[in-house]
Amino acid sequence: MTVLESRQGLEIHHVGKVFSQPGRPDFRALDDVSIRIRPNEFFTLLGPSGCGKTTLLRMIAGFEHPSEGEIRLDGADISVKAPYERPVNTVFQSYALFPHLTVEDNISFGLEMLRRPKASIDETVTRMLALVRMTEMRNRKIQQISGGQQQRVALARALAPHPKLLLLDEPLSALDLKLRKEMQIELKRLQHETGITFIFVTHDQEEALTMSDRIAVMSAGRVQQIGSPRDIYDRPANRFAASFIGETNFVTVKLLTVSATSGELELPGGTVIHAGVPDGVKFSPGKATIVVRPEHAELVGAGAGNLAGTVTNIVYFGTDTHYHLRLKDESSFIVRRQNRHGLSFGPAIGDEVGVLIGEGVAQLVED
Amino acid sequence: MAKDRSTDMRYQPGFGPLAMICLAVLYAPILVLVAFAFNANASVAQWTGFSTKWFATALFNESFHAAALNTMLISVSATIIATMAATAAALGTTRVKAWRGQTAAFMTINLPLMVPEIITAVSALSFFALLGQVFNINLGIGNLILAHSVFCIPFAYMPIRARLEDMDFTLDQAAADLYATPWMTFRRVTLPLLMPGIASGIALAFIVSFDDFTITQLVAGPGQTTLPIYIWTQVRRPITPELNAMCTILLSISILFISLSVLIGQKRR
Amino acid sequence: MSDTASVSLALREKAERRRSRLLTLPAVLVITIFGILPLLVIVAFSFMSPGAYGGVEPPFTLEAYVSFLFSRDIFDDTLTFTPDYVLIYLRSLTFALGTTFVCLLLGFPTAYFMVTRPVESRKWWLLLVTIPFWSNLLIRTYAIMFIIRDEGLINNTLIGMGLINQPIVMLYTNFSIVLGLFYSFLPFMVLPLYSSLEKLDFRLVEAGYDLYATRSRVLWRIIVPMAKPGIVAGCLLVFIPTIGAYVTPLILGGGTHLMVGDLIAQQFGSSRNWPLGAAQAIILMAGVLVALFFYVRTTSEAKLHG
Repeated sequence: MTVLESRQGLEIHHVGKVFSQPGRPDFRALDDVSIRIRPNEFFTLLGPSGCGKTTLLRMIAGFEHPSEGEIRLDGADISVKAPYERPVNTVFQSYALFPHLTVEDNISFGLEMLRRPKASIDETVTRMLALVRMTEMRNRKIQQISGGQQQRVALARALAPHPKLLLLDEPLSALDLKLRKEMQIELKRLQHETGITFIFVTHDQEEALTMSDRIAVMSAGRVQQIGSPRDIYDRPANRFAASFIGETNFVTVKLLTVSATSGELELPGGTVIHAGVPDGVKFSPGKATIVVRPEHAELVGAGAGNLAGTVTNIVYFGTDTHYHLRLKDESSFIVRRQNRHGLSFGPAIGDEVGVLIGEGVAQLVED
Repeated sequence: MAKDRSTDMRYQPGFGPLAMICLAVLYAPILVLVAFAFNANASVAQWTGFSTKWFATALFNESFHAAALNTMLISVSATIIATMAATAAALGTTRVKAWRGQTAAFMTINLPLMVPEIITAVSALSFFALLGQVFNINLGIGNLILAHSVFCIPFAYMPIRARLEDMDFTLDQAAADLYATPWMTFRRVTLPLLMPGIASGIALAFIVSFDDFTITQLVAGPGQTTLPIYIWTQVRRPITPELNAMCTILLSISILFISLSVLIGQKRR
Repeated sequence: MSDTASVSLALREKAERRRSRLLTLPAVLVITIFGILPLLVIVAFSFMSPGAYGGVEPPFTLEAYVSFLFSRDIFDDTLTFTPDYVLIYLRSLTFALGTTFVCLLLGFPTAYFMVTRPVESRKWWLLLVTIPFWSNLLIRTYAIMFIIRDEGLINNTLIGMGLINQPIVMLYTNFSIVLGLFYSFLPFMVLPLYSSLEKLDFRLVEAGYDLYATRSRVLWRIIVPMAKPGIVAGCLLVFIPTIGAYVTPLILGGGTHLMVGDLIAQQFGSSRNWPLGAAQAIILMAGVLVALFFYVRTTSEAKLHG
C-alpha cells in the first residue's frame, strides 16, 4: 500500500464528543472512536438508539464538531469545516425535502449552490431522475408524492452533486416492510452504479447484515467491533456485539489454555472443546464466556453430545423450530433446528436431551 | 346535535346555548351599526328603507379623505418598520445559540403588550414633549409613526417567531449540506418558508396601528387626524348614518386583514 | 482536535452569537428608546411641578403623590385626606374584577363548546371570535352606545311595543361602562381559554366518567383544574386592559363616571397637571405589575407541578 492510497477515504481518529448544557451534568456521546472507511465502501454504523451513531454521522456531515480527535477526508482535516464546505451529502431520516420546491428544484438545489452551468444541471437532474426511476415526477410538488417517492427524491438530491461520501441516517425507518426490502436492494444498486462511499446508520441488524461491506457495531458511545457482516456474526468480539446481532447462547466455561487464534476450554458438563478467539482480544486461563449461535448447536439424545439439559419450551417458526433448554447449571440455551422431512428425533417438553457443540462452532467473547 | 347527548363524553349541559349567546353578544351591536349605515333616512333611530347613499357621502367627505391619508401614511410606515425589526429579531432570538441578554431582549420586545395603553399614551406624549421643548426635536407625524412602531413590533414578532419555531430545522441543515452558505440558506429556504409568518405579522401590525385610538389621540399634534380620531370627533356630535357608513368601511378593512392573517395561519400548519 | 481547529470553531460560534445580537438590536432599540425611555420620563415627571400651560417645571417635589391622597388648603397649607382619586381607583378595580368575572362566566362555556366542535366548524368558530378580538375598539364601543342610547334600538323597540313610555336611561351610567368593558374584552377571555382547552386530553374526562363521576363533577374536578393556565391567562388579558380602560368610559361614561384611564388623560389634558397624571399612571402601573407578578408565580408553579 502506498502512502497516497493509505490517505484515501475517511479517517475518524480518536474522536470524542461531550455535550454540555448549563445546569446539567455533561453527557459523553462518543468516546475515543477510531474508524477508517475505504473509498467505494458500503459502511454501516449499527447500534441501539443512544449509542452515538447518529452523533458520529452528524459530525461527518458537519452539523456537530468533535470535542476531541479529528476527522480526515482524503487526508484533509475536515473536523470543523462547515457542512457547506464538505463534499459530503446526507439523506435525512425525515428526508428534509424542501416543501416549497418541486422535485426537480430539490434535486438541482445542491448543483445550483455549487454554481454548475445550467446545461450541466439539467443533464444531471435528468440522469438522477432516471437513476431513481422518478422521471415522470419531475414537476411535482413534494406534497404530491408518496413517502417512498420522497425517499427516492431525497436520494437523488443527495447524489446529484456526486459527493465523496453519502450519509444515510436511518433512511428506511419510515417505510413499511415491503417498501423497505425494495429500497434495500435499490440502495445497493445505487451504490454500485455511482461508485460513491455510503455511510449508513441503522439500528436494524438484519438491514446491516444484508447491505453492508463492513459494519461498525456501536454501544454507549464506543465502537464495539468493526468487521464484515460475516465476521461480526460468526466471530463477535464481545458480549454486546454477540447479543445485539442475531440470537445467541452464552455459556460460562473454564478456559484451560489459550493462543492468539484458539482456546481449549472445559464445558459445564466436563467435556473439553476448542473455541475461536476474536481478532485482537487477549484472554487468560480461568473463567470465560463462549457464544454459540442457536443454529450451530445440534440436538442429540440424552447422554450424547457435550452438554445436557431439559426441554422447557418448543416454539415453531415454520422454516425452523426453537427448542428452549435448561442446562444443568440452571442457565438457558436455545437450539434452532431446520424443519426437514424425516427428522427422526423429536423431543417433547420435559424431555432430557443432549446438545452437541461441534468443533469450530464456539467463540470466546469478552464480557 | 344529532349525536346522543347521554353518550357524548364531552357534552356539558347549557354550554351550547351559552356559546350562541356569546356569539350574539359579540355580533349584534356591530350588525345593528352596519345595518343603520344602509338606512335611507337621515335618522339613526328609525329604519325607513335601504340605501347606499351614506357610503357615497362618506367617501366624498374631504375630512374623511385627509384622515384616511394620514392613517395610511402612519400605518404603512409603522407596519414596515415593525415588520422588518420583528423579522430580524425573530431570527436573532429563535433557534439560535443562546446569547447573553437574550432573555432580556425577549422581555423588552414583549413589554409593550404588558403596559396599559393609557400609560403608553401619556408616556409617549411626555417623551415627545420633552424632545420638543428641551432638545427642540419635532419629527411631526414621525412621532406617531415611532409611537405606533413600538406597539406594532410585538404583534408582528409573535406570528413570525411562532412560524420559525414550528419550522423544521433539518431543512436548514439540508440546505447547508447541499453547499448553501448561511446567506443562501436564508434566502432560498428560511425566508420562503417564513413568508406566511411574515404576512401574518404584517396583517396584525397593520390592524393594531390602523385601529389605534388612545395613543394616537394623546400624541397627535394639530392636523394629524387619523380615521379613528375623526370617527371620535363625529361620535361627539349628533350622529348620522354617514358615521355608521364610515365605521362600516373601517370595520371591513380590519376584518379583511384579520381574515387574511387567520387564513394564512391555518394554511399548512 | 487541533488548537487552530478549536479556535476557528470558537470564532465561528462567536460570530453566530454576534449576528443574533445584531439582528435583535433594531427591535430592542426602537422599543427601548420610544417605549421604555418614555416610561422613565413619566417617572421623572411625577416628581416635578406642573407647568402653567401643561408640561412640567423644575422644582423636584413629592407634591404629585401627596395630592393623590390629600388636598392642600390654599390658605394655611394644611393637608386633608381626600379620597376622590382613591375612590376612582377602587371603582376601576371593582369594574375590572367584575368584568373579568362575567367574561369568565360566559367565556368558559363558549371556549369549551368550541373545542368540542368537529374540526371544520371549530375553524369557523375560531374565526368568528378572532374577528372582534382584533376589531376597532372605538367602533365596537360606538356600536354599544348606538343601541343603548335613549333613541337607540333597544329603547325605540320597547317604546314601539308599548312596554315603556319613557326611554330607560342606560347610557352614561355604571351599567353602560361595565357592559362596554364586558363587550370589548370578552374575546380576550375566550381565545386563551380556547387554546388551553384545546390541549385538554379528553381521555381523562372519560376516565372520570369511568370512575362514576357525574357531568358537573367531571367539569369542576377535571376540566376546570386542567384549564387553569388558560383561565389565569384569560383573566389577566381581560383585567389589565379593563383596569386601564380609556375609550370605554370616555364614550359610555360621558365624563361623569371616571375610570383611572380617563383620570390620567384628564391630567394631561384639560387639568394641565402632568406630574399628577404621571404619578397616577405610575400607581396604575404598580397595580398591573402586581397582577403580572401573580401571573408569573401561578404559571411557574404550574410548570413545576406539571
